[in-house]
Amino acid sequence: MNAPAAGPLALIAELTHRCPLHCVYCSNPKELTLRGRELPTSAWVRVLSEAAELGVMQADFTGGEPLARPDLVEIIRAARGAGLYASLITSGLPLDEKRLEEIVGAGLDHLQLSFQGAEEASAAEFSGTHSHAQKLRVAEWVKRHRIGLTLNFVVHRGNLHQLEEMIALAERIGPQRVEFAHVQYYGWAFANRERLLPTREQLDRSLEILKKAEERLRGRIRVEFVVPDYYSKFPKACMGGWGRKVMLIAPGGDAMPCHAANVLPGMTFENVQARTLRQIWEESEAFCKFRGEEWMQEPCRSCDRRAVDFGGCRCQALLLAQDAAATDPVCSLSPKRGIVDAIVAEANAAPVAIASKAEWIYRPNPASSSVE
Amino acid sequence: MTDASAPKPSSLTPSPENRPRLAPGCRLGENAQQLRVLQMPERALRLNGPSLEIVQRCDGKRTVREIITELQKIYSKADPLKVEQDILGYLALLHEQGALDFE
Repeated sequence: MNAPAAGPLALIAELTHRCPLHCVYCSNPKELTLRGRELPTSAWVRVLSEAAELGVMQADFTGGEPLARPDLVEIIRAARGAGLYASLITSGLPLDEKRLEEIVGAGLDHLQLSFQGAEEASAAEFSGTHSHAQKLRVAEWVKRHRIGLTLNFVVHRGNLHQLEEMIALAERIGPQRVEFAHVQYYGWAFANRERLLPTREQLDRSLEILKKAEERLRGRIRVEFVVPDYYSKFPKACMGGWGRKVMLIAPGGDAMPCHAANVLPGMTFENVQARTLRQIWEESEAFCKFRGEEWMQEPCRSCDRRAVDFGGCRCQALLLAQDAAATDPVCSLSPKRGIVDAIVAEANAAPVAIASKAEWIYRPNPASSSVE
Repeated sequence: MTDASAPKPSSLTPSPENRPRLAPGCRLGENAQQLRVLQMPERALRLNGPSLEIVQRCDGKRTVREIITELQKIYSKADPLKVEQDILGYLALLHEQGALDFE
């Protein structure tokens, strides 16, 4: 039994998988939860209160598109009522000024608005929806309220050449924080990886541009960047360590250690409608499985960095090395690093061409009967 | 500041008349285990002792000068100049991280 040292600090609440966008790098699982199987309002209210008792300080409301839930205001009010910091991660669709006012009135602390590009045409290509103009309107509305605003630009091979325009756009909007988050290769992004993984040259150039922007905007806008870990020497400390800091609740109520954990074979997740968050956190097989260090193989087991990156990402180990307990293959110390090197070499040999729309695999909307 | 050990004043250092206030999206939080943190978008700073005393006073009403005076009373055994420098340095750091507005 791998008992946790402490309770989780953050709860990621995936309120729904419904979404007006069809992003080619969506982090949702490939098997999307249908509307009829989503947790009711009362269950979310109870989950948030149990989370606060367990020590959670922050609730991140995400999806799909959380605005698709008509009870979002009630859910945010419940989070604040339980003393949690409430953050909304959204595409900004569907939203109008009045609903935003209600959401802010319910106690929202922070809103993270996603951008798929610097302008409408490319954003539409990657998200399968025309939403850029609406996002610009939403950003202006948010700025009239005293809540935090983060702009999140999802960057990849197909739009890194727009990085300077994205920075200029962020500067015009003036959020507290802007994040350039490189696509991570799971789910839909894994399926589209070839067209999303940047070249070394693209990556180096982007880091130069970002370093300058960070310096120039210091004290005004906080600039952050998530690098594609295929280019890293060491893996990311995925979720801050398995079952260590974060609990994710999927739309149907399954409690998971990370977004992608349902790709792991043989893993079963307990549901918040059957057990309390505390029972799930402390006792469930899924949370105990890769908690601590006992599950580790070499080279992780004797590595000095095992308490820094916790062996990296279990889902990536499965996807690339077909073994969920292996060292994350992006690690330079992994015996399987060759797999990643081969993928990276291929990405650098191919020309940086703009993919045609027909080549992308678009994520569908589980509420609709057909894919756009 | 003429003391050679004083932190280098920068555009991020507040003036004595500024009234620091937590920036939008920032909140002083406490969880069920009485852990006190400054919550910010996507991150949190653990607070204890002097850092908690300072952040609790960043209410948009007290001036920097008033905060310094209050902390000098609480930490009366410490060198008052050192207390002042530490506070100015900490406020500048929080400002740089986007957690404080100087109003």
